[in-house]
Amino acid sequence: MSEQLPTPEVVIDPDTREYWAGTTRGVITLQRCDDCNAVIWMPRAICPVCHKQSLSSFEASGKGTVYSWTRTAKGLAEYRDAGPYVLAYVELEEGPRVMTNLVGFDGDPEIGAAVTATFDAVGDDAALLRFTPA
Amino acid sequence: MASSHARIAGAYEHPGRHLPDTSHAAIHAESALGACADAGITLADVDGFFCSGDAPGFGALSLADYMGLKLSYVDVTEMGGSSPVAQVGHAAAAIAAGKCQIALITLGGKPRTGGSVAGAPRPGAPEYSFENVYGLTTPGGYALAARRHMHEYGTTSAQLAAVKVAASKHAKHNPNAFLQKEVTVDEVLASPMVSDPLHRLDCCVVTDGGGALIVVSPEVAKRLDRQSVALLGHGESPKLADNGRIDLTYTGARWSGPRAFEEAGVTHADIDYASIYDSFTITVVETIEDLGFCKKGQGGAYVADGALEAPDGALPFNTDGGGLCNNHPTNRGGITKVIEAVRQLRGEAHPAVQVADCEIALAHGTGGNLGNRMGSATLILGRE
Ligand SMILES: [Zn+2]
Repeated sequence: MSEQLPTPEVVIDPDTREYWAGTTRGVITLQRCDDCNAVIWMPRAICPVCHKQSLSSFEASGKGTVYSWTRTAKGLAEYRDAGPYVLAYVELEEGPRVMTNLVGFDGDPEIGAAVTATFDAVGDDAALLRFTPA
Repeated sequence: MASSHARIAGAYEHPGRHLPDTSHAAIHAESALGACADAGITLADVDGFFCSGDAPGFGALSLADYMGLKLSYVDVTEMGGSSPVAQVGHAAAAIAAGKCQIALITLGGKPRTGGSVAGAPRPGAPEYSFENVYGLTTPGGYALAARRHMHEYGTTSAQLAAVKVAASKHAKHNPNAFLQKEVTVDEVLASPMVSDPLHRLDCCVVTDGGGALIVVSPEVAKRLDRQSVALLGHGESPKLADNGRIDLTYTGARWSGPRAFEEAGVTHADIDYASIYDSFTITVVETIEDLGFCKKGQGGAYVADGALEAPDGALPFNTDGGGLCNNHPTNRGGITKVIEAVRQLRGEAHPAVQVADCEIALAHGTGGNLGNRMGSATLILGRE
């Protein structure tokens, strides 16, 4: 669990409504291009690979590995008083590398470590995707 | 060199590093006046104006009005700290197209005094709710790149520290430098960890200040008394998050560099001096690899050998002390990279760090976030 980290407000717009709805159910909703099959990150209205506009959504496994991480001593804004926290990129099993926080690690994480998704609610309409040791 | 190439006829670095009693617009204007005086022209001669996201208010419109400019060409570029470097190329293109003859580029701001961070992603940005909400800071973003570079190539913290050591050896000769004390590798490693693996001394300074450049046509340069500098080559490239397949170990310099070298028709062996954007020590290591001064992954070993130290290193860099020690005005220092390259080519750097017979210099800007949503711009400049 990661209730100790801040949960800043997110902006929900037409591009991202489905993603945020997924997070409230505890799933990562990704897009796939119907035309070139690319898995897309972040959510958007156009395939950034082939530039077509027919995209479908699917649920990701929630599994990933650590691509890189850093422990920031003192953050800004909502993180100003959060204490040291770990910012990271996690590579999802489906391909995309997503920025996130690592929580629940004893000691330092390692690049390549297996992690699994966890979600921290931001009000009723969204939750922040974070990762814990698998 | 081709006769159509533009010239940098004036360069000025605002001497202030903490300017609570100077307005944001006045920093731009004082920098503009300084560059005009250096070129031997007046603000009334300027017909092209270039600024970027650090400009206050309505950008170029606010500043042109404040300075009373009479313009035929205006450009507001937003490539973070690389903006003014890219704008030297943009000004040259505008001049070559006959859109203006005397272009002014300004940068200025007051992050030391306090206030907004130029160009920071705001809630309307598509990436905002997927990055900033996790506590992304500028050092944090660069630290992610540093750790991945270390993981893939064995780069060490001591190697990164060598970049700061070289900058500090240069800064001690610069009376305007924000940090003038020479530091050792051990002192860098002993400084507090800001965002692991980056220590406080791996990070650039936060300074108020500014700078300005005057870019002119070759015909105008001939009429001026001041020694100008020729723009031989320019390249620029964004490097983006690549649909989530982001690779943090390289920068946009891998594209902007070759374009600049090709346009200039020179090779790495011809570069006598290099201004390399140094927001953080890792920025320099990745950039010199991507520009081709050493093999990919060998940047750490290259800098640890003292290559960056002026005047006799293999690649003397940032002889003003750079962003790491001298000045990083408005949290984006690209213009200072061009200014020190101009000083080197005119033989006006501090004698202790002036590269002997400096004929060709490279200036490189990095903006945005390293390896992520970044702008890169490279210039190759030649002594006239
Ligand atoms: Zn597609």
